This record gives sequence, structure tokens and C-alpha cells, in this order.
Amino acid sequence: MSSITVEKVKKIAELAHLQFSPEDLKRFIPQFQEILDYIAQLDDVSTENVEPTYHVLEHMSWSELMREDQEEPSLPVETVLESAPDSAEGHFRVPAVLEE
Amino acid sequence: MNEICQCSIRELRRRVVEKEVSACEISRSFLDRIEQVDHHTRAFLAVEADQLLEDATRLDKKIASGQLKDGLLVGVPLAIKDNIVIQGMRTSCASRILENYVPPYDATAIQRLRAEGAMFLGKTNCDEFAMGSSNENSAYFATKNPWNLEVVPGGSSGGSAAAVAAREAPGALGSETGGSIRQPAAFCGVVGLKPTYGRVSRFGLVAFASSLDQIGPLAQTVDDTALLLQALAGPDKRDSTCSTRQPDDYLVGINEDVKGCKIGLPKEWFGSGLSSQIEEKLREAIAKLEGLGCEIVEVSLPHTEYAMAVYCIIAFAEASSNLARYDGVRYGRRSPEYEDLATMFRRTRSEGFGEEVKRRIMLGTYVLSSGYYDAYFLKASKVRTLLKSDYLRAFEQVDFLLGPTTPSLPFKIGEKVSDPLQMYLSDTYTASTNLVGVPGLSMPCGYSEDGLPVGLQIQASYFEEAKLLRLAHALERELAIQQPDLPFD
Repeated sequence: MSSITVEKVKKIAELAHLQFSPEDLKRFIPQFQEILDYIAQLDDVSTENVEPTYHVLEHMSWSELMREDQEEPSLPVETVLESAPDSAEGHFRVPAVLEE
Repeated sequence: MNEICQCSIRELRRRVVEKEVSACEISRSFLDRIEQVDHHTRAFLAVEADQLLEDATRLDKKIASGQLKDGLLVGVPLAIKDNIVIQGMRTSCASRILENYVPPYDATAIQRLRAEGAMFLGKTNCDEFAMGSSNENSAYFATKNPWNLEVVPGGSSGGSAAAVAAREAPGALGSETGGSIRQPAAFCGVVGLKPTYGRVSRFGLVAFASSLDQIGPLAQTVDDTALLLQALAGPDKRDSTCSTRQPDDYLVGINEDVKGCKIGLPKEWFGSGLSSQIEEKLREAIAKLEGLGCEIVEVSLPHTEYAMAVYCIIAFAEASSNLARYDGVRYGRRSPEYEDLATMFRRTRSEGFGEEVKRRIMLGTYVLSSGYYDAYFLKASKVRTLLKSDYLRAFEQVDFLLGPTTPSLPFKIGEKVSDPLQMYLSDTYTASTNLVGVPGLSMPCGYSEDGLPVGLQIQASYFEEAKLLRLAHALERELAIQQPDLPFD
């Protein structure tokens, strides 16, 4: 169905926020291609008029899942920030998102 | 081996409730066992001895004052897969990216176990983010199969399966996305159950593929497995995919006979890919079931051959989405060097994730990307519907499906690491179950010529765990498998 090029892999890596060394790519691309070739066999299956399944349990109604929008206690901010790599003034701290 | 370590969960609980032994004594017995053998199996990533003895002491006081006599798991110490969060206990998912992550909350499953009086020995090793079939993808070290230390325990719940098999724990929690409880259970010669999707809350299970993941129990016996399921099952408002249906009583009818049960053997599971040694043991078990009055029927699941392709697409797509959260912002590792946000994300993730995780994220991103979504993800989701129809049709004819858990015997460490596709195919007989959502159980049915465990699996329709456990229990009794000594005992 499709053949994997270095450009395609780089584009995907960009989307996934990943980077690969040239050696990694050399090893990775044939494995990627092998798996893609394998999953291409789904082309042989007729799925005309078949609806997709995203959730296997059918009998749950939305009313069972929804609740009133009432504030309920959750984790305290201080507790959450204990896991943060960097924090300040009650927030997670990261490099600037917007340029000056 | 301390006799305590050979007791079932049921027996341990009885002794504690009847004050024959204390929770502290039980804890110490298993901690000693772990100290003796875990350097062979490497099942545990972390053993939390201090916390365990603290909990055991508190439990003993409660028991002395008459509380907790109804808890299903009073005084029972369990091993927990490292992708299930326990408050205050490091949870790494066997990844470097969560190396020092200490969860500020308990998973619902953990809360339920605590409520029944259980305690926790520590966190077991697994494939990184539950991605693998051999436990070789752990960022830390590989777990060994207790039956042969050069052989894999299976994965991704390899640590949990090995811990139970080596009697380092009387029971454990694992998780499944494509067979990660049942396959290691088969490889290690223990019982493993994947409940119906939505039967056990996923709140606190680190997400891999949200429409497939389930927490499930591993134990030495079907009865113990049922006890664990009883503690775990039930609705949970904090998991919107968790069924609101109340759990059944999995214990009350477990000893009932199984005469007249219709057992379907899907012909696609008995093809040329199946090891002849596994098939031999399977046929022996089938004969036993006939002896018990079960009717054996050949059925067909025509889309079986496509299940792995569907699984790869859907699981990896969902994984790429679920693992987007590991960005060095809120928790986990952040790369020490970066110029801006973009490099922070890229370096954090590339340094923190192992190869298999990156491979799956890449494939998942690809099949969801613009121009490919319809051909891959949408297509796979439609074939998923066809797989489900196959199953529904089969369950109109029979009560159960029975077959091998794995196509081959446990393989050697290192044998499949360089061929990812071959590794994925270890889940050939298990992945459909996760895609369709029905419950599946693997149980021991003998040993190979080389003394490696052979497992078989039974599947039932949605929410039919009670039936499933009853059949498995009857078969277990009939097979009466004698466990040989482990190589290091």
C-alpha cells in the first residue's frame, strides 16, 4: 500500500515529537516497512456497509456516564506539583511558549 | 520453601481470619522467599518491605479488634504490575521516562484490594508501558521464566506471572491490551484472567490503548483468580468506560458441574502455526472436558487471520495518543538540556522512551495521520466490527471458545528481539479477545518435553466470567496437574 521513505518518517517523527539518529533510522525503516506490509492485508477484507467499532460495550447510555457539573474535591495543587520537573508560583514551569 | 508460600490465597486468608497466623508473619514469609529467589527470576522492580510490614502491623491490630473478618483478601500480600499506580510507591511502567514518578493516588483496583484487606509486596517488572510479549522491553532488566531462566516469562505482565509462578507472591495484578496477562500466564504455568472490557476500572492503570486495556488477576489456581476478580470488579465513576453493571458472584457456583456445556473449537486456532506439543496437551484437556459431559463443537471465526493487523493499527494508534502526555511538563523525566519547548519535548521523549515504545508511537501516528487515517485506522475499526460479529455468531452456537493461548512454547531470551513482527505474532490467539472485549482465561494444561509450561485458553461472552471460572475450575480439578520443582528449589 505505501512505501516508507526517510522524508515520511521524519514527518511522522515531527508529529510525534520524536527524533532519531541516522543509525536508528537505518534500523527502524525496514522494520516499519515490514509491519506496514503486514497490516496492508486488511485491503483484502470487504468492509462495505460495515460500521466501525470504537467502543465494544453497547449498552451504556450517556445518562449513565454524565453527572451534574458540581465541583468535587480533587488532588491539591501542592501534591500535584511534587511530581513536576519544574514548578513555580503554583504552576508548572516550561520554556517560553510565546516569543516576546 | 516456607509452607506459607505454597498456600493458596483462600488458605492464607482463612489462616489470618482464624488467627492461626498473622499478616506480619505472612508478609515476612513472602519477603524471605523474594530474597531467596528473586535474583534468579528478577520479577520485581521494587519490593516495598517497609511499607508492607507497616500495613501488615496495622492490619493485625484491626484483625485483633474484630474488624475486617469479611474482607476477601485479609492478610494476603500481592504483587502489582508497575503500570498500576499505588499512592506513594514509585511507578515507572518499566520506563526511564517515569523513572522517579511517585503517584499521588491509588488506582481504583488498588483501593478495592485494600478494602478487602490485601497488602502489596511491591511492583513487578513488565515490558515498557506494557508494550511487548516477552518482558524484554523493560528499560531496566529482563525478567526470567522461573521454569527455565534462559527463557522468557512472556509479556507484558511477565514480572507478575513469574512472581506467582516462583511463589514470590500468592497472587498478582497484570494488565492486558493484546494478551499481556494470558500469554505470560501460559508461559509461566499460572492462571491469568482478562475480564470483559469495562468489568474492572481502568482508573489508575497507565493507559496504553484505551479501548483495549484491562486490569486482571494472576494466581496459582482458578479459585484464587475468582477471589481476586471478585475484589476488583465493579462500576467506577472515575472511568467512563467502566461498565455500570454490578459484578456477579464469581465464587458461589464455581464448584458446580459443567455437564452439557457447549465448547467451541475455532478451526482457525488449530492450524499449521500451532506447536504440536501444545496441540497434544490441548487435545488431552479437550478429552477431559468430554469426559465431564461437555459437548465439543467445531466453530469458525473467519476473520481470525486479520486480528493481528487490526490490533497493531488500533492499539498503536491509541498508544500514540495516550503517550503524548509524556512531555516533561507535569511529571516524569525532563531532558536536562533544551533550547526551547519543541526541543524539550523531542529530547525528553526520545531519551526517555525505549525503542519498542517509539516504534509503536511512530506507527500509531502514521496510521492516524492525514491521508492515511481512512485506509488504516478507519478500515481496521471496521474489520474490528467483523471480528465482533464472528464472535457473536459463535456464541449463538456455543457457550465457550477453547484453544491454545500461544502458538509456540516459551522462547529463549533474545530470540525474537530483533524481529518486532515475529514478536507481535505471539499474541495471535489472544489479541481478538481484547478487540472484541469478551473475557478470556489462560490456565496450565501440562508441560512440554523440556519442562516448559503449556497453557490453554477459554473465552466466554460478555460479562460471563462466572461461567468461565466454573468451567476452568472443573477442568483444573480434572487435569490435576502436578507441578514439578522449580530449577532453583
